[in-house]
Amino acid sequence: MTAPFIAESLGPRGKRRVAVVSAVAGAAIAALVVVAFLRLLHKGQFSDRLVAPLRLWAVQRFVLLGLLETVKAAIVAMALAMALGTLLALGRLSRNVLTRWLAGIYVDLFRAMPLILLILFCSLGLPKLGIHLQPFGGVVLALTAYNGAVLGEIFRAGILSLERGQSEAASALGFSYWQSMRLVIVPQAARRMIPAIVSQLVTLLKDTSLGSVIGFDELLRRAENTGTYYGNSLQVLTEAAVIYIVINFTLSRLARRLEVRQRRRYKAGPIVVPGGGMDLAVMGAQGTASAI
Amino acid sequence: MHVVLDNLPAFLRATRVTAQLTVISFLLAMLIGTLVAGFRVSPVLPLRWLGTVYVELVRNTPLLVLISLFVFGFTKIGIRYSYYASAIIVLSTYTGTFVAETVRAGINTVAPGQAEAARSLGLTFSQLLFAVVLPQAFRSVVAPLGSVFIALIKNSALASTIAVMDLSFLGTQLTNSTGRPVAVFMGSAFFYLLLALPSGWAIGWFERRVAVKR
Repeated sequence: MTAPFIAESLGPRGKRRVAVVSAVAGAAIAALVVVAFLRLLHKGQFSDRLVAPLRLWAVQRFVLLGLLETVKAAIVAMALAMALGTLLALGRLSRNVLTRWLAGIYVDLFRAMPLILLILFCSLGLPKLGIHLQPFGGVVLALTAYNGAVLGEIFRAGILSLERGQSEAASALGFSYWQSMRLVIVPQAARRMIPAIVSQLVTLLKDTSLGSVIGFDELLRRAENTGTYYGNSLQVLTEAAVIYIVINFTLSRLARRLEVRQRRRYKAGPIVVPGGGMDLAVMGAQGTASAI
Repeated sequence: MHVVLDNLPAFLRATRVTAQLTVISFLLAMLIGTLVAGFRVSPVLPLRWLGTVYVELVRNTPLLVLISLFVFGFTKIGIRYSYYASAIIVLSTYTGTFVAETVRAGINTVAPGQAEAARSLGLTFSQLLFAVVLPQAFRSVVAPLGSVFIALIKNSALASTIAVMDLSFLGTQLTNSTGRPVAVFMGSAFFYLLLALPSGWAIGWFERRVAVKR
């Protein structure tokens, strides 16, 4: 699914030039692949001693159980972050100044913080405050705190993306604030937000790997341990990367599909998260969507 | 708070390391990203493939996996750099995918008539790309590129996992030596904000400056 390239109708000379450049580029890429392959071969990276462990069921099980932890942490953190994000979005849209202010500070502060700092804090800082968490709990807490802020902004942007006429019509029909939210605004906004939410899920899933730093026994950590044990870090980490890529690529594709479909159906553009929307996934989704 | 004030020079040094990592990686990522975006809109099929493969593979892998793979895996085939250089290589490779996607989105906002006009004037593809399309494309993606930059400030924290002495590394180190994690982490967070907030303002200012007034 490549984007249509610019100036596609070429004349005969342009076509010839493109053919030449294509041949050269193709040859260069092929040469690069061959060189990489020979390098791997030369360094004995295809030797049975290094590759055979990947075929052992015990090793596969070990790695896949790590994947299970990754997925578990991602699902739990996503669910909690959606709840927190809803609260934060409502807080930022509230008519109470203090609520708006507090939710705004939380969102700005946590979105600007590196996630790894939060994760390290959950593992090193919280015990000092008398809160002892297992690595799983620490990772989920940090992921929730961070992604809650990001999702809060997505939700808020989704709600604000609706035309004002919607809430005006709702109040003209005599709906209260909460009724119009529940029956008119949120159902429409939710549909527009789905692609951005799925993209955020991809980011969150990738971020679970940061748990390996504080001893959360997930996919990356198990791959690293396997690599240390058998001395085949290159092979095992590549395997881990492939697993992440397959999952995330599928989810990204899904997000893109949903976005295109909803564009066609509702003629609604992607939502725009204001305030220098600091998150890559949201932006990435918008970027790819506008490229279609 | 004493812990932070007592170690202020260390914090400032670490802030400089984080800023350096971010700026150098961002400049490299802009180069990679623009080049790959050019690949992805070019009429040359193998280059389009290369661009797509690079973006989809790297973007969908967690940054920490890439760091691990580069530092622990690639050394096995003789690709070995200092931790600092490794951090910059991986950060710019990773961020390059996001820059590429952003720039490509920008290219797609440029009206097709622009490319057609440039073509009818006899410009070649690279002339058309660099003289006509990219200047207009960049103007429209200042804000998203700014988001990429700010995300990179945060992502640079992962360099601490390979012992680059940045703000996060200092946080862990001081926590271990002083046993005051709460104050130390608040200090690190403060210095991250000190980098991120002015960057955000500068991006906003720049965006308004180059905005197309219609």
